[in-house]
Amino acid sequence: MALDKKGIAQRIAQELRDGWYVNLGIGIPTLVANYIPEGIEVEFQSENGVLGMGPFPFEGEEDADLINAGKQTITTMKGASFFDSATSFAMIRGQHVQLTVLGAMEVSENGDIANWKIPGKMVKGMGGAMDLVASADNIIVAMMHSNRAGVSKLLKDCSLPLTGVACVKKVVTDLAVLEIKEGAFHLVERAPGVSVEEIKSKTEGSLIINGEVPEMSL
Amino acid sequence: MNKVINNVTEAVQGIEDNMTLMLGGFGLCGIPENSIAELVKTGIKGLTCISNNAGVDDFGLGLLLQNKQIKKMISSYVGENDEFERQMLSGELEVDLIPQGSLAERCRAGGAGIPAFFTPAGYGTEVAEGKEVRVFNGKPHVLESALHADFAIVKAWKGDTDGNLVFKATARNFNPMMAMAGKITIAEVEELLPAGELDPNEIHTPGIFVQRIFQGARFEKRIEQRTTRTK
Repeated sequence: MALDKKGIAQRIAQELRDGWYVNLGIGIPTLVANYIPEGIEVEFQSENGVLGMGPFPFEGEEDADLINAGKQTITTMKGASFFDSATSFAMIRGQHVQLTVLGAMEVSENGDIANWKIPGKMVKGMGGAMDLVASADNIIVAMMHSNRAGVSKLLKDCSLPLTGVACVKKVVTDLAVLEIKEGAFHLVERAPGVSVEEIKSKTEGSLIINGEVPEMSL
Repeated sequence: MNKVINNVTEAVQGIEDNMTLMLGGFGLCGIPENSIAELVKTGIKGLTCISNNAGVDDFGLGLLLQNKQIKKMISSYVGENDEFERQMLSGELEVDLIPQGSLAERCRAGGAGIPAFFTPAGYGTEVAEGKEVRVFNGKPHVLESALHADFAIVKAWKGDTDGNLVFKATARNFNPMMAMAGKITIAEVEELLPAGELDPNEIHTPGIFVQRIFQGARFEKRIEQRTTRTK
Protein backbone atom coordinates (compact mmCIF):
# COMPACT_ATOMS: atom_id res chain seq x y z
CA MET A 1 0.00 0.00 0.00
CA ALA A 2 1.20 3.47 -0.81
CA LEU A 3 2.42 5.49 2.17
CA ASP A 4 0.52 8.44 3.55
CA LYS A 5 2.30 11.72 4.31
CA LYS A 6 3.20 10.50 7.79
CA GLY A 7 4.73 7.37 6.30
CA ILE A 8 6.90 9.43 3.96
CA ALA A 9 8.08 11.52 6.92
CA GLN A 10 8.74 8.38 8.95
CA ARG A 11 10.90 6.92 6.17
CA ILE A 12 12.88 10.16 5.77
CA ALA A 13 13.49 10.25 9.51
CA GLN A 14 15.56 7.08 9.08
CA GLU A 15 18.06 9.19 7.11
CA LEU A 16 18.82 11.38 10.17
CA ARG A 17 22.20 10.93 11.81
CA ASP A 18 23.37 11.84 15.28
CA GLY A 19 24.71 15.37 15.58
CA TRP A 20 23.15 16.72 12.40
CA TYR A 21 21.66 20.16 11.92
CA VAL A 22 18.60 19.77 9.71
CA ASN A 23 16.38 22.19 7.81
CA LEU A 24 12.82 20.99 7.22
CA GLY A 25 10.62 22.64 4.62
CA ILE A 26 6.90 23.31 4.85
CA GLY A 27 4.40 20.43 4.51
CA ILE A 28 5.46 16.76 4.68
CA PRO A 29 9.07 17.67 5.69
CA THR A 30 7.80 19.33 8.88
CA LEU A 31 6.38 15.96 9.99
CA VAL A 32 9.87 14.40 9.97
CA ALA A 33 10.48 15.99 13.38
CA ASN A 34 7.86 13.62 14.85
CA TYR A 35 9.86 10.48 14.00
CA ILE A 36 13.43 11.09 15.18
CA PRO A 37 14.94 7.62 15.79
CA GLU A 38 15.80 6.59 19.36
CA GLY A 39 19.24 7.56 20.56
CA ILE A 40 19.80 10.22 17.93
CA GLU A 41 20.19 13.91 18.62
CA VAL A 42 19.48 16.39 15.82
CA GLU A 43 18.82 20.12 15.87
CA PHE A 44 16.30 21.73 13.56
CA GLN A 45 17.07 25.00 11.83
CA SER A 46 14.31 27.25 10.59
CA GLU A 47 15.58 29.78 8.08
CA ASN A 48 13.65 32.70 9.57
CA GLY A 49 16.20 32.63 12.36
CA VAL A 50 16.14 29.82 14.91
CA LEU A 51 18.29 26.81 15.61
CA GLY A 52 16.95 24.26 18.06
CA MET A 53 13.30 24.49 17.09
CA GLY A 54 10.93 22.58 19.36
CA PRO A 55 7.33 21.38 19.06
CA PHE A 56 4.22 23.59 18.83
CA PRO A 57 3.43 25.42 22.09
CA PHE A 58 0.62 24.42 24.42
CA GLU A 59 -2.56 26.39 23.93
CA GLY A 60 -2.28 29.78 25.61
CA GLU A 61 1.54 29.76 25.40
CA GLU A 62 1.86 30.95 21.79
CA ASP A 63 4.35 33.78 21.25
CA ALA A 64 3.84 36.00 18.20
CA ASP A 65 7.60 36.63 18.15
CA LEU A 66 8.46 32.94 17.92
CA ILE A 67 7.53 31.27 14.65
CA ASN A 68 9.01 28.88 12.08
CA ALA A 69 9.50 29.43 8.35
CA GLY A 70 5.90 28.31 7.80
CA LYS A 71 4.77 31.19 10.06
CA GLN A 72 3.54 28.67 12.64
CA THR A 73 3.95 29.31 16.36
CA ILE A 74 6.69 27.11 17.82
CA THR A 75 8.81 26.60 20.93
CA THR A 76 12.54 26.17 21.36
CA MET A 77 14.62 23.32 22.80
CA LYS A 78 17.40 23.69 25.38
CA GLY A 79 20.47 25.14 23.68
CA ALA A 80 18.46 26.98 21.02
CA SER A 81 19.67 30.22 19.46
CA PHE A 82 18.18 33.08 17.45
CA PHE A 83 19.88 35.01 14.67
CA ASP A 84 19.18 37.35 11.78
CA SER A 85 18.35 36.27 8.22
CA ALA A 86 21.86 36.92 6.84
CA THR A 87 23.39 34.67 9.52
CA SER A 88 20.70 32.08 8.89
CA PHE A 89 21.57 31.85 5.21
CA ALA A 90 25.28 31.88 6.01
CA MET A 91 24.57 28.61 7.85
CA ILE A 92 22.79 27.30 4.77
CA ARG A 93 25.09 28.64 2.02
CA GLY A 94 28.17 27.88 4.08
CA GLN A 95 27.06 24.23 4.30
CA HIS A 96 26.86 24.12 8.07
CA VAL A 97 23.45 22.43 7.80
CA GLN A 98 23.86 18.72 7.08
CA LEU A 99 20.45 17.87 5.65
CA THR A 100 17.68 19.73 3.87
CA VAL A 101 14.28 18.14 3.38
CA LEU A 102 11.81 19.92 1.15
CA GLY A 103 8.72 19.36 -0.95
CA ALA A 104 8.50 19.67 -4.74
CA MET A 105 6.02 19.92 -7.56
CA GLU A 106 8.44 18.26 -10.00
CA VAL A 107 11.85 16.59 -9.92
CA SER A 108 13.80 15.59 -13.03
CA GLU A 109 16.07 12.62 -13.67
CA ASN A 110 19.16 14.84 -13.47
CA GLY A 111 18.14 16.25 -10.10
CA ASP A 112 16.47 19.51 -11.14
CA ILE A 113 13.68 20.64 -8.86
CA ALA A 114 10.65 22.91 -9.41
CA ASN A 115 8.56 24.01 -6.45
CA TRP A 116 7.87 27.74 -6.48
CA LYS A 117 5.79 28.88 -9.40
CA ILE A 118 3.08 27.85 -11.86
CA PRO A 119 3.18 30.54 -14.57
CA GLY A 120 -0.05 32.50 -14.84
CA LYS A 121 -1.67 30.59 -11.98
CA MET A 122 0.24 30.51 -8.78
CA VAL A 123 3.13 32.70 -7.78
CA LYS A 124 4.00 32.48 -4.14
CA GLY A 125 7.71 32.99 -4.39
CA MET A 126 10.69 30.80 -3.69
CA GLY A 127 11.33 31.91 -0.11
CA GLY A 128 14.51 30.20 1.01
CA ALA A 129 14.18 27.21 -1.32
CA MET A 130 16.62 28.43 -3.99
CA ASP A 131 19.33 29.16 -1.43
CA LEU A 132 18.74 25.79 0.22
CA VAL A 133 18.87 23.66 -2.92
CA ALA A 134 21.82 25.53 -4.43
CA SER A 135 23.96 25.09 -1.32
CA ALA A 136 23.04 21.95 0.55
CA ASP A 137 25.09 18.83 -0.11
CA ASN A 138 22.41 16.53 1.11
CA ILE A 139 18.91 17.25 -0.17
CA ILE A 140 15.97 14.90 0.17
CA VAL A 141 12.72 15.69 -1.59
CA ALA A 142 9.54 14.55 0.11
CA MET A 143 6.54 14.39 -2.20
CA MET A 144 3.78 12.27 -3.69
CA HIS A 145 4.87 10.23 -6.69
CA SER A 146 2.08 11.66 -8.89
CA ASN A 147 0.10 14.90 -8.72
CA ARG A 148 -3.65 15.06 -8.05
CA ALA A 149 -4.39 14.55 -11.75
CA GLY A 150 -2.37 11.32 -11.64
CA VAL A 151 0.56 12.72 -13.63
CA SER A 152 4.06 11.63 -12.62
CA LYS A 153 6.14 14.19 -10.70
CA LEU A 154 9.39 12.30 -11.49
CA LEU A 155 10.14 13.54 -14.98
CA LYS A 156 12.71 13.54 -17.76
CA ASP A 157 12.64 17.34 -17.64
CA CYS A 158 10.76 19.68 -15.32
CA SER A 159 8.01 21.61 -17.11
CA LEU A 160 7.69 24.30 -14.41
CA PRO A 161 10.18 27.11 -13.69
CA LEU A 162 13.14 25.62 -11.84
CA THR A 163 14.14 26.21 -8.25
CA GLY A 164 17.55 24.61 -8.73
CA VAL A 165 19.50 22.48 -11.19
CA ALA A 166 21.10 19.07 -10.66
CA CYS A 167 20.83 19.30 -6.88
CA VAL A 168 18.42 16.63 -5.65
CA LYS A 169 20.13 13.37 -4.68
CA LYS A 170 17.26 11.47 -3.10
CA VAL A 171 13.47 11.41 -3.39
CA VAL A 172 11.09 9.73 -0.97
CA THR A 173 7.53 9.40 -2.28
CA ASP A 174 4.41 7.54 -1.21
CA LEU A 175 5.59 4.66 -3.45
CA ALA A 176 9.37 4.52 -3.29
CA VAL A 177 12.80 5.70 -2.24
CA LEU A 178 14.86 6.74 -5.26
CA GLU A 179 18.40 7.99 -5.66
CA ILE A 180 19.31 10.33 -8.49
CA LYS A 181 22.64 9.74 -10.19
CA GLU A 182 24.05 9.65 -13.71
CA GLY A 183 20.91 11.20 -15.14
CA ALA A 184 18.42 8.64 -13.86
CA PHE A 185 16.21 7.67 -10.93
CA HIS A 186 17.55 4.54 -9.23
CA LEU A 187 14.93 2.57 -7.36
CA VAL A 188 16.26 1.82 -3.89
CA GLU A 189 13.20 0.73 -1.93
CA ARG A 190 9.48 0.33 -2.53
CA ALA A 191 6.66 1.12 -0.11
CA PRO A 192 5.21 -1.97 1.58
CA GLY A 193 3.07 -3.89 -0.91
CA VAL A 194 3.80 -1.58 -3.86
CA SER A 195 5.04 -3.40 -6.96
CA VAL A 196 8.02 -2.43 -9.09
CA GLU A 197 5.59 -2.35 -12.05
CA GLU A 198 3.42 0.28 -10.38
CA ILE A 199 6.48 2.46 -9.66
CA LYS A 200 7.67 2.00 -13.24
CA SER A 201 4.30 3.01 -14.67
CA LYS A 202 4.18 6.13 -12.49
CA THR A 203 7.73 7.34 -13.18
CA GLU A 204 8.09 9.33 -16.38
CA GLY A 205 11.85 9.85 -16.13
CA SER A 206 14.45 7.12 -16.68
CA LEU A 207 14.19 4.52 -13.95
CA ILE A 208 17.00 2.08 -13.20
CA ILE A 209 16.09 -1.11 -11.37
CA ASN A 210 18.93 -3.31 -10.17
CA GLY A 211 17.90 -6.79 -9.09
CA GLU A 212 15.49 -7.38 -6.25
CA VAL A 213 14.14 -4.09 -4.78
CA PRO A 214 13.57 -4.37 -1.03
CA GLU A 215 10.49 -3.07 0.78
CA MET A 216 10.91 -0.18 3.19
CA SER A 217 10.86 -1.12 6.83
CA LEU A 218 8.97 1.42 8.91
CA MET B 1 23.58 60.78 20.67
CA ASN B 2 19.88 61.21 21.14
CA LYS B 3 17.84 59.73 18.27
CA VAL B 4 14.46 59.93 19.95
CA ILE B 5 11.51 61.40 18.11
CA ASN B 6 8.10 62.00 19.63
CA ASN B 7 5.78 59.79 17.68
CA VAL B 8 5.06 57.83 14.53
CA THR B 9 3.98 60.95 12.62
CA GLU B 10 7.45 62.45 13.08
CA ALA B 11 8.99 59.08 12.32
CA VAL B 12 7.73 58.92 8.75
CA GLN B 13 8.41 62.58 7.94
CA GLY B 14 10.33 62.95 4.73
CA ILE B 15 8.95 59.80 3.14
CA GLU B 16 7.63 60.88 -0.23
CA ASP B 17 5.96 59.45 -3.31
CA ASN B 18 8.09 57.04 -5.39
CA MET B 19 10.68 56.42 -2.69
CA THR B 20 12.23 53.03 -1.90
CA LEU B 21 11.57 51.61 1.56
CA MET B 22 12.91 48.58 3.37
CA LEU B 23 10.56 47.09 5.94
CA GLY B 24 11.73 44.48 8.43
CA GLY B 25 9.81 41.37 9.36
CA PHE B 26 9.20 37.78 8.35
CA GLY B 27 5.53 37.11 7.76
CA LEU B 28 3.82 39.28 10.37
CA CYS B 29 6.61 38.62 12.86
CA GLY B 30 8.76 41.64 13.68
CA ILE B 31 7.06 44.08 11.30
CA PRO B 32 6.99 47.83 12.04
CA GLU B 33 3.22 47.85 12.37
CA ASN B 34 2.88 51.37 13.79
CA SER B 35 4.85 52.92 10.94
CA ILE B 36 2.95 50.92 8.32
CA ALA B 37 -0.36 52.14 9.75
CA GLU B 38 0.95 55.72 9.60
CA LEU B 39 2.07 55.30 5.96
CA VAL B 40 -1.48 54.19 5.13
CA LYS B 41 -2.76 57.45 6.67
CA THR B 42 -0.35 59.62 4.68
CA GLY B 43 -1.51 58.15 1.37
CA ILE B 44 2.03 58.36 -0.06
CA LYS B 45 2.06 56.52 -3.40
CA GLY B 46 4.33 54.85 -5.91
CA LEU B 47 6.43 53.15 -3.23
CA THR B 48 8.99 50.46 -3.92
CA CYS B 49 8.94 48.20 -0.87
CA ILE B 50 11.70 45.76 -0.04
CA SER B 51 10.36 43.25 2.46
CA ASN B 52 10.55 39.48 2.68
CA ASN B 53 6.77 39.16 2.60
CA ALA B 54 3.83 41.35 1.71
CA GLY B 55 1.73 40.92 4.83
CA VAL B 56 -1.76 39.46 4.71
CA ASP B 57 -4.81 41.10 3.13
CA ASP B 58 -5.74 43.15 6.18
CA PHE B 59 -2.48 43.52 8.11
CA GLY B 60 1.11 44.54 7.57
CA LEU B 61 2.10 45.58 4.06
CA GLY B 62 -1.22 44.19 2.85
CA LEU B 63 -2.76 47.45 4.07
CA LEU B 64 -0.54 49.51 1.75
CA LEU B 65 -1.34 47.13 -1.10
CA GLN B 66 -5.09 47.42 -0.54
CA ASN B 67 -4.64 51.17 -0.70
CA LYS B 68 -2.67 50.89 -3.98
CA GLN B 69 0.29 52.76 -2.47
CA ILE B 70 2.88 50.24 -3.62
CA LYS B 71 4.21 50.33 -7.17
CA LYS B 72 6.81 47.61 -6.79
CA MET B 73 7.56 44.87 -4.29
CA ILE B 74 10.92 43.19 -3.82
CA SER B 75 10.26 40.05 -1.79
CA SER B 76 10.98 36.36 -1.51
CA TYR B 77 7.60 34.90 -0.55
CA VAL B 78 4.17 36.42 -0.98
CA GLY B 79 1.93 33.39 -0.68
CA GLU B 80 -0.23 34.64 2.16
CA ASN B 81 -1.69 37.63 0.38
CA ASP B 82 -4.54 37.21 -2.12
CA GLU B 83 -4.66 40.89 -3.07
CA PHE B 84 -0.94 40.76 -3.81
CA GLU B 85 -1.38 37.77 -6.11
CA ARG B 86 -4.29 39.49 -7.85
CA GLN B 87 -2.38 42.76 -8.42
CA MET B 88 0.68 40.87 -9.61
CA LEU B 89 -1.12 38.55 -12.04
CA SER B 90 -3.10 41.50 -13.45
CA GLY B 91 0.12 43.49 -13.92
CA GLU B 92 -0.89 46.39 -11.62
CA LEU B 93 2.00 45.62 -9.33
CA GLU B 94 5.62 45.17 -10.35
CA VAL B 95 7.21 42.32 -8.47
CA ASP B 96 10.79 41.22 -8.13
CA LEU B 97 10.92 37.85 -6.38
CA ILE B 98 14.37 36.93 -5.15
CA PRO B 99 15.70 34.08 -3.02
CA GLN B 100 15.40 34.79 0.70
CA GLY B 101 19.09 34.35 1.43
CA SER B 102 20.03 36.61 -1.48
CA LEU B 103 17.54 39.21 -0.24
CA ALA B 104 19.08 39.15 3.23
CA GLU B 105 22.62 39.34 1.87
CA ARG B 106 21.76 42.09 -0.62
CA CYS B 107 20.44 44.22 2.25
CA ARG B 108 23.49 43.41 4.36
CA ALA B 109 25.79 44.22 1.43
CA GLY B 110 24.00 47.55 0.91
CA GLY B 111 24.67 48.52 4.49
CA ALA B 112 28.20 47.12 4.54
CA GLY B 113 29.56 48.92 1.48
CA ILE B 114 29.79 45.82 -0.68
CA PRO B 115 28.32 46.62 -4.12
CA ALA B 116 27.78 43.03 -5.24
CA PHE B 117 28.60 39.42 -4.44
CA PHE B 118 28.38 35.94 -5.98
CA THR B 119 25.97 33.34 -4.65
CA PRO B 120 25.04 29.86 -5.89
CA ALA B 121 21.34 30.54 -5.22
CA GLY B 122 19.20 30.77 -8.33
CA TYR B 123 21.80 29.53 -10.81
CA GLY B 124 20.04 27.92 -13.79
CA THR B 125 16.68 29.48 -12.87
CA GLU B 126 14.85 32.56 -14.12
CA VAL B 127 16.28 34.48 -11.15
CA ALA B 128 19.70 34.36 -12.82
CA GLU B 129 18.50 35.62 -16.22
CA GLY B 130 20.62 38.56 -17.39
CA LYS B 131 23.04 38.25 -14.48
CA GLU B 132 26.74 37.49 -14.67
CA VAL B 133 27.64 33.90 -13.83
CA ARG B 134 31.11 32.89 -12.70
CA VAL B 135 32.51 29.54 -11.62
CA PHE B 136 34.24 29.28 -8.24
CA ASN B 137 35.58 25.93 -7.01
CA GLY B 138 33.90 24.21 -9.92
CA LYS B 139 30.45 25.56 -9.08
CA PRO B 140 28.54 28.30 -10.96
CA HIS B 141 27.56 31.40 -9.00
CA VAL B 142 25.30 34.35 -9.84
CA LEU B 143 26.27 37.99 -9.34
CA GLU B 144 23.79 39.77 -7.07
CA SER B 145 23.92 43.48 -6.32
CA ALA B 146 23.45 45.35 -3.06
CA LEU B 147 20.11 46.87 -2.14
CA HIS B 148 19.67 50.36 -0.72
CA ALA B 149 16.67 52.28 0.55
CA ASP B 150 15.73 55.92 1.12
CA PHE B 151 14.24 54.79 4.41
CA ALA B 152 14.55 51.52 6.30
CA ILE B 153 11.83 50.89 8.85
CA VAL B 154 12.57 48.26 11.47
CA LYS B 155 10.92 46.94 14.59
CA ALA B 156 12.79 45.97 17.75
CA TRP B 157 11.82 44.67 21.15
CA LYS B 158 13.92 47.10 23.19
CA GLY B 159 15.82 50.16 22.16
CA ASP B 160 17.61 53.02 23.88
CA THR B 161 17.77 56.74 23.25
CA ASP B 162 21.07 56.25 21.37
CA GLY B 163 19.32 53.99 18.86
CA ASN B 164 20.81 50.70 20.08
CA LEU B 165 18.43 47.81 19.42
CA VAL B 166 17.65 44.40 20.86
CA PHE B 167 15.30 42.06 19.05
CA LYS B 168 13.21 39.24 20.46
CA ALA B 169 13.29 35.64 19.23
CA THR B 170 12.51 35.23 15.53
CA ALA B 171 11.23 38.81 15.27
CA ARG B 172 14.86 39.70 14.53
CA ASN B 173 14.90 38.25 10.97
CA PHE B 174 15.58 40.98 8.35
CA ASN B 175 15.55 43.92 10.77
CA PRO B 176 19.30 44.14 11.52
CA MET B 177 20.38 44.09 7.86
CA MET B 178 17.73 46.55 6.79
CA ALA B 179 18.69 48.88 9.62
CA MET B 180 22.17 48.96 8.07
CA ALA B 181 20.97 49.63 4.53
CA GLY B 182 18.66 52.63 4.96
CA LYS B 183 19.86 56.17 4.23
CA ILE B 184 17.59 56.99 7.13
CA THR B 185 16.62 54.18 9.47
CA ILE B 186 13.53 54.42 11.62
CA ALA B 187 13.25 52.03 14.55
CA GLU B 188 9.96 51.46 16.32
CA VAL B 189 10.39 49.65 19.61
CA GLU B 190 8.15 48.09 22.20
CA GLU B 191 10.17 49.53 25.04
CA LEU B 192 12.34 52.64 24.82
CA LEU B 193 14.98 52.97 27.53
CA PRO B 194 17.48 55.66 28.52
CA ALA B 195 20.99 55.14 27.09
CA GLY B 196 22.97 52.96 29.48
CA GLU B 197 20.05 50.72 30.41
CA LEU B 198 20.85 48.10 27.76
CA ASP B 199 23.87 45.87 28.32
CA PRO B 200 26.39 46.73 25.55
CA ASN B 201 27.23 43.00 25.36
CA GLU B 202 23.72 42.19 24.30
CA ILE B 203 22.97 44.81 21.67
CA HIS B 204 22.08 43.33 18.27
CA THR B 205 22.04 46.52 16.21
CA PRO B 206 24.41 49.33 17.27
CA GLY B 207 22.86 52.79 17.31
CA ILE B 208 25.11 54.03 14.49
CA PHE B 209 22.67 52.40 12.05
CA VAL B 210 19.59 54.10 13.51
CA GLN B 211 18.64 57.74 12.90
CA ARG B 212 15.16 57.86 14.46
CA ILE B 213 13.74 55.84 17.33
CA PHE B 214 10.34 55.89 19.02
CA GLN B 215 8.19 53.69 21.19
CA GLY B 216 5.23 52.31 19.26
CA ALA B 217 1.86 53.31 20.70
CA ARG B 218 0.37 49.85 20.30
CA PHE B 219 1.52 46.47 19.05
CA GLU B 220 -1.12 44.02 17.91
CA LYS B 221 1.52 41.40 16.99
CA ARG B 222 -0.93 39.32 15.03
CA ILE B 223 -0.20 35.60 14.71
CA GLU B 224 -0.48 34.24 11.18
CA GLN B 225 -0.63 30.49 11.90
CA ARG B 226 -1.61 29.71 15.46
CA THR B 227 -0.43 26.14 15.93
CA THR B 228 -0.59 24.38 19.30
CA ARG B 229 -0.40 20.92 20.82
CA THR B 230 -2.57 19.49 23.58
CA LYS B 231 -1.26 18.71 27.06
